[in-house]
Amino acid sequence: MRAAAVGAVALLALSACSSSDDSSSTTADSTASGAAAGSSGTPGQVSGAVTVFAAASLKESFTTLGARFEKEHPGTKVTFSFGGSDSLAAGITGGAPADVFASASPKTMKIVTDAGDASGTPTVFVRNQLEIATLPGNPDKISSLGDLTRPGLKVVLCDKEVPCGAAAQKALAAGGLKLTPVSYEQDVKAALTKVELKEADAAVVYRTDVHAAGDKVEGVPFPESANAVNDYPIVQLKDAGNVGAAKAFIALVRSAEGQKVLTGAGFLAP
Amino acid sequence: MTSPVGKHDAPAERDAPSVAPGDRPRRRVRRGTGRVAPLPLLAPALIGVAFLVLPLAALLVRAPWRSLPALLTSAEVWQALQLSLVCATAATAVSLVVGVPLAWLLARVDFPGRGLLRALVTLPLVLPPVVGGVALLMALGRNGVVGRWLDSWFGVTLPFTTAGVVVAEAFVALPFLVISVEGTLRAADPRYEEAAATLGASRFTAFRRVTLPLIAPGIAAGAVLAWARALGEFGATITFAGNFPGRTQTMPLAVYLALQSDPEAAIALSLVLLAVSVAVLAGLRDRWTGAR
Repeated sequence: MRAAAVGAVALLALSACSSSDDSSSTTADSTASGAAAGSSGTPGQVSGAVTVFAAASLKESFTTLGARFEKEHPGTKVTFSFGGSDSLAAGITGGAPADVFASASPKTMKIVTDAGDASGTPTVFVRNQLEIATLPGNPDKISSLGDLTRPGLKVVLCDKEVPCGAAAQKALAAGGLKLTPVSYEQDVKAALTKVELKEADAAVVYRTDVHAAGDKVEGVPFPESANAVNDYPIVQLKDAGNVGAAKAFIALVRSAEGQKVLTGAGFLAP
Repeated sequence: MTSPVGKHDAPAERDAPSVAPGDRPRRRVRRGTGRVAPLPLLAPALIGVAFLVLPLAALLVRAPWRSLPALLTSAEVWQALQLSLVCATAATAVSLVVGVPLAWLLARVDFPGRGLLRALVTLPLVLPPVVGGVALLMALGRNGVVGRWLDSWFGVTLPFTTAGVVVAEAFVALPFLVISVEGTLRAADPRYEEAAATLGASRFTAFRRVTLPLIAPGIAAGAVLAWARALGEFGATITFAGNFPGRTQTMPLAVYLALQSDPEAAIALSLVLLAVSVAVLAGLRDRWTGAR
């Protein structure tokens, strides 16, 4: 119910957006011709392999989009490398053969753009917000970020060094809260897993992770998360071997169809 | 293909005295057969050395020597190092208490399924440590097969505690001790124990008074190996015990997380671990080769 409502709001926001941004809506409508025409001069047809490096949190939605892309453009093959944005960025600057990079934070995207490995300016295609993940049925009756500071409650956070941890600290600071977790986990999935296994009572993770975990955890939104929204930028890479397909894939991600898949996974429209 | 092998064996022994006749008197069995290594062996061996040593040397080259003192004296690093040393030592103690008897069982008692038991005991040697951590969570976690009862009966939960770190480290370190001690036991002559038994000693007394002193070097070597392994343990620790500064954040965890934002700090921390490990293994070398 809630997800559907959020999706509807996101779609409204998106259509409002695209009316002011003509170029993106046209490429969205005619991905193949629009994108390929802008590339190496083989109009109308996109084919070949395209390699997409994407943040781990995009795994579910991008896999869906990849399958759609291959269906819409027969003869293409999308290969994904999902991982931590930092290590993906390090791979790209180190010469990894990729056509598209979708990062979970502008900070990691900056590593790639600063190294001169991006072609053009990255665009934010979705945003992700934090949510509290609790045990199914929320037995500890957690309803706010402040509730996590209750003594006796085992809470895990992401380490401050990784994006989800930095975001959590921002949200805590916004609420003027001091929270001592039992562990600072190395990434968002590790934090979520501790709750799924019932080792921890709650974790601060992304909405999309709560969504992907299904009924193994229960999500509790909190207002402070508005202060710690993560932007996800996407860019075509300079050394892309398949410029046409890279452009077409980015267009699909930014299209109304792509946004529907992403918001369905819990992302917010930019 | 067979002739070079055959050729190598024979001349090596004959060459040794002729090339370096002065060495003849101090010849020892474990010194090997000669001093002149044939090129087909030497070249790959040196490549092997370079392959193993180069990355470590690179760590030294890239180390932020100027900011090193400041990085290493920060409270968090000191905490992590202290915790690492304490936990590795505790894990070694645990390994000694259960590992020596276990090794004795494997070496001295003939029972069906001994081979299988040995395989199971040494499994953590080849298991990815993360798998070990997951297995420990399933067994000893708050919701685990055994951990559930520990929690509801005694209110004890191991994840997210220092004790959890010790458990995770002992899990990966114990096999090193068992293997080392078992090997020493097999090399030790059981007739001493039998003699003690004929003189009226009980089996346990014979073990305590005869076997234990006999295999002491092997136990020491195994303990140092286990300690070094526990010190470097990462995967099982972060999976099972989590990461909290001062409580469960050991040096390897600190290195991993520092790498996400501050590679210089990660290099500095790695240097400390490297120094400690080299010191321990170098100190152990003679005893280790002696035990072999």
